[in-house]
Amino acid sequence: MSKRINVRDLDVYYSDFLAVEGVSMTIEPRTVTAFIGPSGCGKSTFLRTLNRMHEVIPGARVRGEVLIDGDNLYAPGVDPVLVRRQVGMVFQRANPFPTMSIRDNVLAGVKLNSRRMPKSDQDSLVERSLRGANLWNEVKDRLQLPGSGLSGGQQQRLCIARAIAVSPDVLLMDEPCSALDPISTLAIEDLIEELKQDYTIVIVTHNMQQATRVSDKTAFFNIAGSGKPGRLIEYDDTATIFTKPSVQATEDYVSGRFG
Amino acid sequence: MRPSDRIFRVLSTGSAGLIMVILAGVALFLIIKAGPAIVANWSANPDLAGGTTHGYTSFWSYVGPLVWGTLFSSLIALVLGAPVAIGIALFISHYAPRRLAGVLGYLVDLLAAVPSVVFGLWGIFVIRPFIIPFQDWLNHYLGWIPLFSGQVSQTGSTMLAGGLVLAVMILPIITSISREIFLQTPKLHEEAALALGSTRWEMVKLAVFPYARSGILSATLLGLGRALGETMAIAMIISPALLFSVRILTDTGNSQTIAANAALNFPESNPLQRDALIATGLALFVISFGVNFIARWIISRTGGSRRLRKAGSR
Repeated sequence: MSKRINVRDLDVYYSDFLAVEGVSMTIEPRTVTAFIGPSGCGKSTFLRTLNRMHEVIPGARVRGEVLIDGDNLYAPGVDPVLVRRQVGMVFQRANPFPTMSIRDNVLAGVKLNSRRMPKSDQDSLVERSLRGANLWNEVKDRLQLPGSGLSGGQQQRLCIARAIAVSPDVLLMDEPCSALDPISTLAIEDLIEELKQDYTIVIVTHNMQQATRVSDKTAFFNIAGSGKPGRLIEYDDTATIFTKPSVQATEDYVSGRFG
Repeated sequence: MRPSDRIFRVLSTGSAGLIMVILAGVALFLIIKAGPAIVANWSANPDLAGGTTHGYTSFWSYVGPLVWGTLFSSLIALVLGAPVAIGIALFISHYAPRRLAGVLGYLVDLLAAVPSVVFGLWGIFVIRPFIIPFQDWLNHYLGWIPLFSGQVSQTGSTMLAGGLVLAVMILPIITSISREIFLQTPKLHEEAALALGSTRWEMVKLAVFPYARSGILSATLLGLGRALGETMAIAMIISPALLFSVRILTDTGNSQTIAANAALNFPESNPLQRDALIATGLALFVISFGVNFIARWIISRTGGSRRLRKAGSR
């Protein structure tokens, strides 16, 4: 179910403002790709164009192509709702539905497909998803309790369980650990390592150690100045980016000289 | 403290205190004036033998049908108005393009500024003739339901017409409060729903409604509070009687409301009858105070924000 992402010359606009310019990259299946770069460089914006979540923001639009195993997400007639069922997303702050139980949170996306699912299938899906998110042992005795009662790290893993319950091809993560303590962060990073077996994972992070720990490839984004569009500066194996990058700006950034 | 600060503090504290004094004064006035009529012997007292109070054995038998009529007409207004109001609010907050939403929100607020008398006239000349065919249809096909039974009105002077106009009158308050709450739905939860591949309506069901449930309830109750007190529209549109009736399509089965009854009968009443009308006013005061109190309580209990309270007091 893991798929290849192919981005061709993508521009992102907010109304008339060009926010990200000319991004082309190929992301291989069953890999973890990290997006790094200073704040405002457009990495989160670009991430959102990979499942058309940028369209939630009024005025946001793209030019260019994003192919997932050859199918253009932006071809005419493509329903963004179906795109998002294929490309799941985990956000900066954990956002389980507060009025729903842990179980219902996991099933929320599946129930949208309005397939009638026998209770036993639901049970096994809940267990499989929660195990997949390394949360099962912590919550198996309280599936009926509200998801908002969990700790921050547990809530974030619940959101991951919810995202993988709909069996997406790709999992996007927008700074998933930025609101978590180091131990919860470690739990999520371990999880990413496991999820890589089944999914194509793209993660935005401000934490460069995290990028080196979890990712196979790293993309460095930067802006020339405020008001200028963000660009993809360098995209390579993570080891290369952090040891001998080919662009000076990348080296300055990863060595902590700016940003 | 500087003198200017002190003066300003006295002024603002005084203004705040005035609210309490006014409210207490109104309550006290109602209780003192209502007392004689409530305790009077209705079957024996010659002052109560004629006019509006003719034929009642006690104050409670007089006020009973009025309370019923008030609650019943308000309930019709709620059933007709609340779903539309919530629909408008949802359209403004989540469906309309931003500019249209602004205009629409403004128009709804404008609706609140239309005087009751105008609504009453509109009810007489537009709504009454307009609903006659619908009333015939309802009576013909659904007449076996008590609500739609009886001799159907040919003038349109019915509870349904009154309720419909009341429904329009309570739209603004329900819409503006619901809209404020819908807009406050955390982006986080909306995006969670959308990222799972929900359509916009599914997003509303997953994220907006659960968040806004108590707010919708209290907005509806505040709308009910508004409907309870509306005099002129109801007094102008329907020809009522003091009775317990659930029929909404007839000329003769229209239950009178407290406010309309007081407005219609006050000029021709003697002092004790006026006290009786004031006593019915006390009953209305207690009912609408209770409804508003419950609405506010729900808002505060579920952590309504400052914006919400601001919207409610508009």
